[in-house]
Amino acid sequence: MKLTLKIWRQAGPREKGALATYQVDDINPDMSFLELLDVLNESLMLKGERPVAFDHDCREGICGSCGFMIGGVAHGPLKLCTTCTLFMRHFKDGDTVTVEPFRAKGFPVLQDLVVDRGALDRIVQAGGFISARTGSAPEANAMLIPKQNADRAMDAAACIGCGACVAACPNGSAMLFTAAKVTHLGELPQGQPERNHRVLRMVSKMQQLDFGGCSNHGECEAVCPKGIKIDFIAQLNRDFLKASLTDEMETLKRV
Amino acid sequence: MELKSKAPSGPIETRWDRHRFEMKLVNPANKRRYKIIVVGSGLAGASAAASLAQMGYEVSCFCFQDSPRRAHSIAAQGGINAAKNYQNDGDSVYRLFYDTVKGGDFRARESNVYRLAEISAAIIDQCTALGVPFAREYSGYLANRSFGGAQVSRTFYARGQTGQQLLLGAYSALALQIGLGSVKMYPRSEMLDLVVHEGRARGIVVRDLVTGAISSHSADAVVLGTGGYGNVFYLSTNAKGTNVTAIWRAHRRGALMANPCFTQIHPTCIPVAGDHQSKLTLMSESLRNDGRIWVPKKAGDPRAPQDIPEDERDYYLERKYPSFGNLVPRDVASRNAKAICDAGLGVGPGGLGVYLDFAEAIKRLGQDVVEARYGNLFEMYEHITGESPYKQPMRIYPAIHYTMGGLWVDYNLMSNVDGLHVIGEANFSDHGANRLGASALMQGLADGYFILPYTIGDYLARVSPKDRLPADHPAFKVVEQEASGRLKKLLDVNGSRTVDSFHRELGKLVWEHCGMGRNEAGLKKALQRIPELRDEFWKNLKVTGDGANFNQSLEKAGRVADFMEFAELMVRDALVRDESCGGHFREEHQTPEGEALRRDDQFSHVSAWEFTGVGQEPRLHKEALEFEYVHPSQRSYK
Amino acid sequence: MGRVSAFYDSLVGKKIIMAATGFILFGFIVGHLLGNLQIFLGAEPLNRYAAFLKSIGELLWVVRGVLIISFLLHVISSIQVALANRAARPLGYAHKKNIETNYAALTMQIGGPLIFLYVVYHLMMFTFLTTGPGYSHTDVYANVVASFKVPAISAVYIASMLLLGFHLYHGTWSMLHTLGISNAKSNGLRRALAPTVAVLVAGGYISIPVAVLAGLVG
Repeated sequence: MKLTLKIWRQAGPREKGALATYQVDDINPDMSFLELLDVLNESLMLKGERPVAFDHDCREGICGSCGFMIGGVAHGPLKLCTTCTLFMRHFKDGDTVTVEPFRAKGFPVLQDLVVDRGALDRIVQAGGFISARTGSAPEANAMLIPKQNADRAMDAAACIGCGACVAACPNGSAMLFTAAKVTHLGELPQGQPERNHRVLRMVSKMQQLDFGGCSNHGECEAVCPKGIKIDFIAQLNRDFLKASLTDEMETLKRV
Repeated sequence: MELKSKAPSGPIETRWDRHRFEMKLVNPANKRRYKIIVVGSGLAGASAAASLAQMGYEVSCFCFQDSPRRAHSIAAQGGINAAKNYQNDGDSVYRLFYDTVKGGDFRARESNVYRLAEISAAIIDQCTALGVPFAREYSGYLANRSFGGAQVSRTFYARGQTGQQLLLGAYSALALQIGLGSVKMYPRSEMLDLVVHEGRARGIVVRDLVTGAISSHSADAVVLGTGGYGNVFYLSTNAKGTNVTAIWRAHRRGALMANPCFTQIHPTCIPVAGDHQSKLTLMSESLRNDGRIWVPKKAGDPRAPQDIPEDERDYYLERKYPSFGNLVPRDVASRNAKAICDAGLGVGPGGLGVYLDFAEAIKRLGQDVVEARYGNLFEMYEHITGESPYKQPMRIYPAIHYTMGGLWVDYNLMSNVDGLHVIGEANFSDHGANRLGASALMQGLADGYFILPYTIGDYLARVSPKDRLPADHPAFKVVEQEASGRLKKLLDVNGSRTVDSFHRELGKLVWEHCGMGRNEAGLKKALQRIPELRDEFWKNLKVTGDGANFNQSLEKAGRVADFMEFAELMVRDALVRDESCGGHFREEHQTPEGEALRRDDQFSHVSAWEFTGVGQEPRLHKEALEFEYVHPSQRSYK
Repeated sequence: MGRVSAFYDSLVGKKIIMAATGFILFGFIVGHLLGNLQIFLGAEPLNRYAAFLKSIGELLWVVRGVLIISFLLHVISSIQVALANRAARPLGYAHKKNIETNYAALTMQIGGPLIFLYVVYHLMMFTFLTTGPGYSHTDVYANVVASFKVPAISAVYIASMLLLGFHLYHGTWSMLHTLGISNAKSNGLRRALAPTVAVLVAGGYISIPVAVLAGLVG
């Protein structure tokens, strides 16, 4: 099959970018979208042109490295799917597909389709953890966790940090990402002592890093490759409200 | 050079305890004056960096990915072993120790393995405390499953994403320390070389992958947790970025490389679909519990698998191994698949695949039961191949999955280069010639949380932070210049072949001759071909762009250049180890049933190689292995 | 940093204020609708109701005060949130396909200001009596009928109530979410609640001019 790709090309963080058009022939329907770019890049390099830069690593949908907009949708048209596990059989011969980087003020473009998602790390650094010093842990079965709580924590913890939620959100908000971490740890007894601090500090950090707010559009859930639910955002809101009413405000000064 | 393992003697149950007591300690007030570099942020690297920072050391952590959370540990599916005996099925530290030594085909150090088994329980406690959502029973207690043919249920898991959850736990502990400022994190930073001065590791030279800037980082000790070298085979289940560069560069600077020929193959991966294939995807081994493996008796049978009648199918594993059948160990299943395909009986594109058929299981158990057991795996398979395993057999083929070899380390996880510590898959310890399922995660976290943080103190207590070199010391400048010179050389070749085309060719070559089955003729052929390919690489490589920028093809070129050198050592090790053991199968040495035949009289040792120059014959050092507790025996799966 | 200012500084805090004030305004809208629907009972009951409202004096001003403050907070915080949201994506996509969201959600920032303009117009017409054909301070019924007999006024009214319906459609759903009154089990219920509320409120208001124009009232 053949495809026309309109790919965002941008040489560096401060350069101007634009869409460039490429024609790729002889596409094997069993290729992944990244392998399609591999093939394109091989031909560009042999012509002496700069290959299209894109982040990728595990290529099996778990590391969260890959991801860009394909045909206007983060990770492309298939639900519950990362870019690396999107196969070309889901496209029609002769299609024209626009390929753009994830766009948000918090995700500056480094080159072509590569963006800096370090802001997500910084949100976690603000509070997305349980402070359990190595060696201080009690016997694991000393603390019983009902299966439904463990399962819900796992549902939230499945987030791969790819940033598709931010990219898809009309507001460029990182609420789904933040809410998944808040819910994961908030659902577990180990996470209770720091629960208020966590939500206040993570929300505050998210805002500092130029992400927008949540308007409950639900676009994030629709593109999330791991099916993270916006219910977790409601959970975050609830936790935030409760923490704001009850927490010692010392927490916020430490952000 | 004499290899001192520093493994303690005496009763095995007391060795680690006693050793911990005998090690020197760093005064708590002095810890902040010591600086430690950790390269890699996977299970081993992240847990080590976080734990060391908690103790008060000044830590810098480097990873080539855009975030420490992306390290390839994240892709581990199955689980993590621990001798908790929660199932009351007779598990114990000793049993886990015994299983691991035996599983490693008697090529691991007993002291190390016992320590690993001893620590395993604390790892589960620590991970739970960090919020890892392990699977639970309805009662709220932790759940276990039996894994990889173990006779006891000692595997803890978090759905099919155990590696992800364990890594995110370690990552969150690391994130806390980064937030506090006690770890300085350098993402998108690749270690290009190790700086060794007066016999001690002094720091590293790093390239910022975004700006291309090369910089030096000085420390009192360097820790490498940079993973395995499976990508030397090009097609593997490893992430695309995983590479040998950090440990290879350390090897070139004097660290010994141990047992590089010990590589592990996973029998149930989705086969190659075409030349574009960039990596392989693993399917859980549990599929072999109910799936039947077969190929058509007639080579090149054009019929669809469903249309081939029973008597024209060869269920070769059931035929050759009547008692274990489709459940023979990983290496046996893998070798048989390769042999069948080499004989021209393989199925699918390129004839590199065998059928894994669930038709009989669906008939016997009903589709509901099969779906409940394997539904998500079937979905994943259909997602990737576009074929439904409910309607037609899966196609599977073995692929490289894990590498047991790595830099040689002593009981303190320190290499023969003073101050250079190696943890996780990057070192050679613990798994011997074959790793058991659900043991990789255990080892990575044992090293990072509970071993290195103590043992590194023993080294640091002997050196003074005052002796730390400034990062602009000539020792660093020389290495910086060499590193940038190498990059320039890669860019200047300006030939006509891309990095990937070289990498693919190298991968095919080592897969063919140093993959599942190895023999003298093949290994010798590879030893001749690799230097030729390497020469061509340096004469005909095409890398676009320049070094002062984000340049992914230049990154790849640097890594493949190191694979080109490393491959030769791996093949040489396979040639010199003239026996079969674990993942290393020399066709010359097998039992009449086709089982690996060890030669304990000659090869009960670790082969640790010393670098003598590119294309030069490396120098072999041997560390003898003694088995006081688990006595070598021959496996049989008939 | 004080508790209140810390809360308000946060986008999540602002959204919670929008949701809470939205809820108060929603309460007013429903009450107002129920009052207005008395028009179907005839002139006397409606005028009696209007007179009753005026008679309660200070209490009416308390209610008005709450409404005015809610309205201002709702408007100001929404403007601030909208500005922050817009700033979060300085360079837009060449091609963006939305999957889950709807027209109502995407147009809150257009619908909101239009409703604001309508509220001003509506107050001028029916409360301050500075515009429109109605003159009487006591005969509300006559004022309403006289106004809605003018097709242009009815058209503006109906269009505005449709906008309000849109606003409530997303607003109801969003409010419950922002206040955290939602979980996986109640999702279906909330999904159904939002359009029901929107249709009932908008339909209720629109029924008045339609009835006037159709000659059923007046």
